[in-house]
Amino acid sequence: MAMAAPLVLHLLLALLLGLGGQSRAEPERDSLREELVLTPLPSGDVSATFQFRTRWDSELQREGGTNHHFLRYAVLPREVVCTENLTPWKKLLPCSSKAGLSVLLKAERLFHTSYHSQAVHIRPVCRDAHCVSVSWELRQTLTVVFDAYTTGQGKKDWSLFRMFSRTITEACPLASQSYVYVDISRNGQENESLEVSPPPTSTYQAVILGDRKTYAVYDLLNLATFSGSRSLNLQLKWRQLQDIGSQLVPFLHAQRYVSGYGLQKGELSTVLHNTHPYRAFPVLLLETVPWYLRLYVHTLAITTKGKENKPSYIHYQPAQDRLRPHLLEMLIQLPANSVTKVSIQFERALLKWTEYTPDPNHGFYVSPSVLSALVPNLVGAKPANWEESPLFSTMFPTSDSSSYFVRLYTEPLLVNLPTPDFSMPYNVICLTCTVVAVCYGSFYNLLTRTFHLEEPKRSRLVRWLANIIRRIRGVPPV
Amino acid sequence: MAEGRMLGERARVERPRLERGDRERNQALPALILDPEKIRGKHAALCFATMAVMLGLPLWWKTTETYRAALPYSQISELDSLLLRLRVPVSVVFVQGSLPIVDQQKLPFTIVNERDIPLKCKMRLKSRFQQAYRMAGSSEENALKKDTVQEAEAALPLPKEDSLGSLNIFVIPEKSSLLPQDKMSYIGPKRTAFVRGAHGRQALTVIGQKILQVAQAMSLTEEVLASALGDRLPEDKLNLDKRRPLKSSLGYEITFSLLNPDPKSHEVHWDIEGAVENYVQPFMSLLSAIGNFSMDSQVLYYAMLGVTPRFDAATSSYTLAAHSLPHVINPVEARLGSRAASLYPVINFLLYVPERAHSPLYIQDKDGARVTTNAFHSPRWGGIMVYNVDPSAYNTTRYPVKVNVDMVPVMEVFLSQMRLLFGVPHPQMPENFLLGSPPSEGLRYWELDRLVWARAVENLATVITTLTSLAELLDKIGNIVIKDDVASEVYRAMDAFQEAALELSAGNLEVAFRASREAVTSSEKAFFDPSLLHLLYFPDDQKFAIYIPLFLPMAVPIFLSMIKIIVENQKARKDMEKVD
Repeated sequence: MAMAAPLVLHLLLALLLGLGGQSRAEPERDSLREELVLTPLPSGDVSATFQFRTRWDSELQREGGTNHHFLRYAVLPREVVCTENLTPWKKLLPCSSKAGLSVLLKAERLFHTSYHSQAVHIRPVCRDAHCVSVSWELRQTLTVVFDAYTTGQGKKDWSLFRMFSRTITEACPLASQSYVYVDISRNGQENESLEVSPPPTSTYQAVILGDRKTYAVYDLLNLATFSGSRSLNLQLKWRQLQDIGSQLVPFLHAQRYVSGYGLQKGELSTVLHNTHPYRAFPVLLLETVPWYLRLYVHTLAITTKGKENKPSYIHYQPAQDRLRPHLLEMLIQLPANSVTKVSIQFERALLKWTEYTPDPNHGFYVSPSVLSALVPNLVGAKPANWEESPLFSTMFPTSDSSSYFVRLYTEPLLVNLPTPDFSMPYNVICLTCTVVAVCYGSFYNLLTRTFHLEEPKRSRLVRWLANIIRRIRGVPPV
Repeated sequence: MAEGRMLGERARVERPRLERGDRERNQALPALILDPEKIRGKHAALCFATMAVMLGLPLWWKTTETYRAALPYSQISELDSLLLRLRVPVSVVFVQGSLPIVDQQKLPFTIVNERDIPLKCKMRLKSRFQQAYRMAGSSEENALKKDTVQEAEAALPLPKEDSLGSLNIFVIPEKSSLLPQDKMSYIGPKRTAFVRGAHGRQALTVIGQKILQVAQAMSLTEEVLASALGDRLPEDKLNLDKRRPLKSSLGYEITFSLLNPDPKSHEVHWDIEGAVENYVQPFMSLLSAIGNFSMDSQVLYYAMLGVTPRFDAATSSYTLAAHSLPHVINPVEARLGSRAASLYPVINFLLYVPERAHSPLYIQDKDGARVTTNAFHSPRWGGIMVYNVDPSAYNTTRYPVKVNVDMVPVMEVFLSQMRLLFGVPHPQMPENFLLGSPPSEGLRYWELDRLVWARAVENLATVITTLTSLAELLDKIGNIVIKDDVASEVYRAMDAFQEAALELSAGNLEVAFRASREAVTSSEKAFFDPSLLHLLYFPDDQKFAIYIPLFLPMAVPIFLSMIKIIVENQKARKDMEKVD
């Protein structure tokens, strides 16, 4: 998954209302599929994606179509991820963490990684072609990127045991499918640079993210996988070091930043990159901005290659203070091999002093913008039967053979709001009290005291000093 | 404030005296003519003092006051020593021949039998059985000519008064064949009972005592209220083991969980939907009088008990000893995970299918004997039942073994556990009582009545504790803001409480129970209102630290000039005396 910010720890709970239209085959009742996809990255890191899909029939039925008034979109821009996020997530797995691939989910290893992404998707799935009844599908995914290069003393080789400090001994007994996939694609190189052991029982080829990939497949339900030893400890050795420059850049990626100075105004910018050499494609950009950033919609500017790029569709819902955020949705055409910048200016609002978060000087998080696009393929893919193909390929469903669907989340932003001095009310009370007291004091003195002239009685010393001064001035002494 | 007022009075008193003094001095001592400027200064100082005291202080007091709506404190403090009368309307119907003719002529009349129920606290409870005696009507007579008591009961016309909490007792002739010869009375599944009549001069008193016995068996007893008021009764009355029902609440959540720790060898199926529909739903529909119920079910794999069972070589089975049962629940509970989603108390029912390596598994009681139901329950938490897989199923090479749970024995156990958890144990009757089998719902109507009585009293006791502690708290901490809506909730709780108490003494159980629930809701809402906490963290010393820059410079000149005026006055008086 081409994530623009691999370091952002991001937990997303997406409740997808809407039917998964691609499933046509009759699914089994109460089925579980689990799989682990290991992708060695050219940098020497290893990305591991766990996917668990539980499907069950329920009497909980959808009523008619989805009423769009009940559609809700919510986002928590940032949450510090810790094992507390993993424990309830693991509880949802039928085998908990006792058997199958979930044995590898050891919190102390998973949270010492350079990237961590955890998701729960729940959606209704048609049980038959006419969609009379639906099943529910719970899909849990977890992606981590292990920094194998630095933790492995400069070696890029890795094994399951080195990454998770566990090995796989069995499949979850409840699972109907349990696979481990290892990406052994050659990335355009002539000779094989990777060696996987034990040797895979079979290989699988697919077009993922517009690129042809080869996977070594290990079927955990097949006893031959464990032949020889009781556990499966996948190992991968590099025969020759690949040069990092050959890393494939995704066709669509994006960045987001906030610019401007001072505490009054600022600008939100989203930069969209289309690196496809010859195809343009449209992107749906969704931004939710909290109400305390007051957007100036007239400053919305979309520029590609120095020229204005008019979006073919804009939907804007203005914010209401303390009630709802701004919602801005646009369909933008990205020309081939181009960079498009979407920027909008905003003004920072003043909050009530009780509305500030406990650490207001840290800043306020602004949720990432969401990009949805059908990205064209370079290579033609045949339409697959989604029920039978591996789970990870359904993460990037293709609408037809020429494109695949991608949803990207940019990084969340941190925006500083003008923060008051929170001791100010007390200071104001104290200051006003003092000023009032001072005025009152002089007033009181004026009104209650009597003033009359009095001959000053001077001491001898004073008279002596005065006479000296008078003599200097040439005035007769007192 | 008190100081300020004193100051004000002194200032007002002193002014005329001062003037009088001046006049005297002016007449008596022309030599000591005072400067008019000085007198003006004095007047000005006095003016300042009066203004500060009369206007400034009240203004400051009023504007910085915390808002406290008036609460019925005296009424709340009276709640503690309240006398609650619980009236049970009993209609007693005499069938022809059950009473000597002499006594028949006294009918109809009403007897009230009142008894104190001892309690540890100040609150007093009195049960009143109000027995209305009358002769049977013709339709009732006809019905009671049937052969068996059950038939007779079914044939009886619907009584006029069949509300929650009321009882109908029929007195049948002493030699009647409706009841078996050795039984004195029969208690039906609804609110009806039959009692044999008596002969002789004291017939009415004898019958009266019998009726009271039956009525108490069917309705309010000390035991019932003991279970409700748990901690309020003297300790010796408390039967510690059995009487800890669930606390009264507006709703309950019931979770049925199937625990399959060994999915490799067992593939367990249970028809929980059907079982709930057939067995639990009817029971719940009756119990819905005391709250809302919601039910859900789940299957949990790899959920282990926290205890390793002991192998018993003699029977080649595994046993869980009674003393290890408390350790069973905690590890399992971590997996259940429904508690977070609900506001209501959760009741768990677990069906545990032991792993193949540990089966068959039996639960032992304290004496080491096997528990016949192979189940146990934990008060206020729920129940666990162990379901052993038929050993003959293992004679196969294909694993996992398919296990279809027979839901009838399981639901039987769960339902009887549910009765215990809700505080309606299976009734125990004296030997000469015949107990009718429960209706299809699984709960006799009068058992439900008992439960509602108990819950109503428990609710009222909860309201009393909540309101008294709230009043105490508000009384103790003067900084707490009492908003109008909090106050109105308190008043609403008081009103509902009084209504409930009134209806209880009038015998309208249903209305009383509803009112008591309202009272609980309102009182809890008032007690847990977040606005009570808003100003709690502004202690007095900090507030005054902020006011000092105002108060100190203002008060010091006033005090100093006051002292100066007094001292001068005294000096002038002394001077005057000297001159005299």
